[in-house]
Amino acid sequence: MMPTVQVTPELVREHGLTQEEYGRILAILGRTPNLTELGMFSVMWSEHCSYKNSKPILKLLPTRGPNLLVRAGEENAGIVDIGDNLAICFKIESHNHPSAVEPFQGAATGVGGILRDIFTMGARPILLMDSLRFGDLDKPQTRRLFSGVVAGIAHYGNCIGVPTVGGEIYFNDSYEGNPLVNVMCLGIVHRDGIVKGKATGTGNPVYYVGAPTGRDGLGGAAFASRELTEESHEDRPAVQVGDPFKEKLLLEACLELIQTDSIVGMQDMGAAGLTCSTCETASRASSGIAIDLTKVPRRETGMNSYEVMLSESQERMLVIAKKGKERVVEEIFEKWDLHAVRIGEVTSGNLVRVTEEGKVIAEIPAKALADEGPVYVREECKPEYLASVQELDLSQIREPKDFNAVLKKLLDHPSIASKAWVWEQYDHMVRTDTVFYPGHDAALIRIKDTSKGIAVSTDGNSLYCYLDPFEGGKIAVAEAARNVVCTGAKPLAITNCLNFGNPMKPEIFWQFHQVVNGMTAACEAFETPVTGGNVSFYNESPVAAIYPTPVIGMVGLLEDITKRIPSFFVREGDLIFLVGETFNEIGASHYLAIEHGLEKGLPPRLDLNREIALQKFLLEAADRKLLVSAHDLSEGGFSVALAECCFSPEGGLGAVIDRFDLLPAGLRWDAVFFGESQSRVLISVKPDDQEQIICLAGNDRVSIYQVGKVGGDHLIMGDRVKIAVEQLAAIYQHAIPRRIGG
Amino acid sequence: MKAAVVVFPGSNCDTDCYHVLSNVMKTPVAYVWHKERILPKVDLVVLPGGFSYGDYLRTGAVARFSPAMEAVKKHADQGRYVIGICNGFQILLEAGLLPGAMLRNRTLRFVCRHVWLRVEDVHTVYTRKMAKGDILCIPIAHGEGNYYCDEDTLRLMQDESRILFRYCSEGGILGDAYNPNGSTDHIAGITNKKRNVLGMMPHPERASERILGSTDGRMIWESLFEG
Repeated sequence: MMPTVQVTPELVREHGLTQEEYGRILAILGRTPNLTELGMFSVMWSEHCSYKNSKPILKLLPTRGPNLLVRAGEENAGIVDIGDNLAICFKIESHNHPSAVEPFQGAATGVGGILRDIFTMGARPILLMDSLRFGDLDKPQTRRLFSGVVAGIAHYGNCIGVPTVGGEIYFNDSYEGNPLVNVMCLGIVHRDGIVKGKATGTGNPVYYVGAPTGRDGLGGAAFASRELTEESHEDRPAVQVGDPFKEKLLLEACLELIQTDSIVGMQDMGAAGLTCSTCETASRASSGIAIDLTKVPRRETGMNSYEVMLSESQERMLVIAKKGKERVVEEIFEKWDLHAVRIGEVTSGNLVRVTEEGKVIAEIPAKALADEGPVYVREECKPEYLASVQELDLSQIREPKDFNAVLKKLLDHPSIASKAWVWEQYDHMVRTDTVFYPGHDAALIRIKDTSKGIAVSTDGNSLYCYLDPFEGGKIAVAEAARNVVCTGAKPLAITNCLNFGNPMKPEIFWQFHQVVNGMTAACEAFETPVTGGNVSFYNESPVAAIYPTPVIGMVGLLEDITKRIPSFFVREGDLIFLVGETFNEIGASHYLAIEHGLEKGLPPRLDLNREIALQKFLLEAADRKLLVSAHDLSEGGFSVALAECCFSPEGGLGAVIDRFDLLPAGLRWDAVFFGESQSRVLISVKPDDQEQIICLAGNDRVSIYQVGKVGGDHLIMGDRVKIAVEQLAAIYQHAIPRRIGG
Repeated sequence: MKAAVVVFPGSNCDTDCYHVLSNVMKTPVAYVWHKERILPKVDLVVLPGGFSYGDYLRTGAVARFSPAMEAVKKHADQGRYVIGICNGFQILLEAGLLPGAMLRNRTLRFVCRHVWLRVEDVHTVYTRKMAKGDILCIPIAHGEGNYYCDEDTLRLMQDESRILFRYCSEGGILGDAYNPNGSTDHIAGITNKKRNVLGMMPHPERASERILGSTDGRMIWESLFEG
């Protein structure tokens, strides 16, 4: 059924299209679009699908590397060769707006969507990670969002049987009313089993498989491309409802189908549903595609063509089969009790042609929808707030009298505290490959039948980015790489999710550009190209924009998993070394925010050469089995990192730090204990290996200080800190449960 | 001994069980699709964990009607071995092969972590290589593991020593603080009257290799295969 509505200027505006963009549509079609066509342009040209505001900046990111089999932007996700005829495919995506309006379903369908992006490439998903940001956990509204998001992720991930192995969570007022839910998935695929999202071969049948289409998620992509307002809860129908059981069936059916060599392409129906999957597969293959909406399975009656083309119902895929293999496709989906309906075919030419009951409903060049949307170079200007917030007079910051109290306060802060309350709700072990559980610097997954492991970390300190977006962007990449290196794995590539406010505001766009510049510098230095990702703009609550939040998903390869390095102390008597240089850097630190109530100053400086040297040293030491443990210093600095090293899940161990005299002179004590100087790691080493490790650090020109020893049941740092590990662990573990009430 | 792993739509520990049986324990093992009415000739059937049929109605409530379950019942009636792990345990309860029912966890939250189990009886093919009172470290991962049965059933199972595993502290003490889901009498695993069917919430297949942190789950497979 075709809606018979006249396209008016109001209607064009309601679809989020400018007059200029509408003029372009008229020129492409050579006529006035009907409502369905207008809707199709509107979703495909939304920021969410077209990246119209971010494309010129994203082009700055390095996307080339020796091991890339599929590069960023070519397909649904990038693919990296890891040897042994295997490749990994990974991507991170946001589901921020849906989660703000309906946290449980918003987060759940975020998981569902990223899983489909991975298995549509022929890869079996083997892990999930979540990067979450919320407002103040002491507020009931935040607790509702937080509990709902965690339960939604658990619901979907646990049911489908892909372990959620890590991620990070920060709480900061800037996310009040606009939480961030970024979900990453990584899959594994045989090199020769990679599936492309291409509709090649004129006459090849096009199948609709999976769940039937309903009205849910109507125009979700357009919804995600607006700011949240007081009325956003009225957008609830734009949030989809997920069915992880159906997705599990779809996953198994699709992977089984790929084994049969019966298809030429596959694409999930995510944002913009049927519209996106048809025009993108045709556009990539430079072909045309024709579908008959009469045949599309539906969950509701009375849906018109506009609704069917724009629905974002979950758990659906478009499969382009080989001519003559129709029965193979149908039988496999029959086995899994799923719809597989032939709705059309690949055509010559370049048009997406949609018919219903014999009538043409829409006819648009595929490339015009998928690739030829408008691209804007947005105005940018350095925000005025920077000058005042960057200012920090250290002489005005009094050093604390009681370092014990500060350490306890930091460990009790939800951003630093144990996230076990969260990850114990996720099945993080299913598939029996999880070697390092959440709580380590990076998750580590073994690959059965090989000696390899894959290490993954997500990172992004938004306070740094708020105070200095360029340095913050660099540090986000560097810290993610360092976390991966701490397990012994070599960083390979990144995926990224860029969460920002409204790009029409020049200050926001400047932040965006600066962060990308910082990331680019770091990615080039570490030779870790970007394989893909997602941009999420319009993250603004009625009050203000969020802090600029790039989330980096870094993936590393550990060739020999027996050489893995845990993040915790393992043995009494091992020597503790602080690797890297400490400076008087307390600007932008969690210490400054939590103890002094100031989100001010410049974040620590990251010297890329020093970082590269540190990572090289750590990888060599790991390879030579000189490291018993390694843990990155981040929020809360030396003292928090040291405490975390003591909280081994296998039973805590104490530590005594008694050689502060080795550190350079002129440092403030709070900078030593809580400062967040970059490129620093705490390692523990067997006493017998002391000379070797010092020698290796010397060769690599890395500063190394033997500051103490593992042992006892207290954490002792000079004469300033002495607390029983058990007491510290209790604070660390109870910080979140006691606020949630359970 | 030969084994089969039943695959329901929504099973997600099927490949884990297969891996342990085949690659770790070196036992011949086959998958059985839930639509099959006849099992291959095997000694052991494993009902794996997961969310069979989505578990939208009640855990295991739909799976009990699948064609393969008819065959599993016959297999059990003949005195051969059946292990139901997690969702598999829930299915065994719904199918009436074991008594009782599952409620949602006391916290109303899904929980995934290592727990301690006390071995309560060794007179079964699943526990014969253990000693009574042994403490095992094996993970759980469930939202509905709060085992419930009426008092008569509980007394009967106690009298017949059919409670095989209870949640406990690292030192073997029973108590609410060590019970992760609120189950009756701290029950983690039980057997039937004939002692050939085992249902347990913890996942031994996740604790059968050193690299995964614990090998205590192997004791169950070793009892079965090397008894």
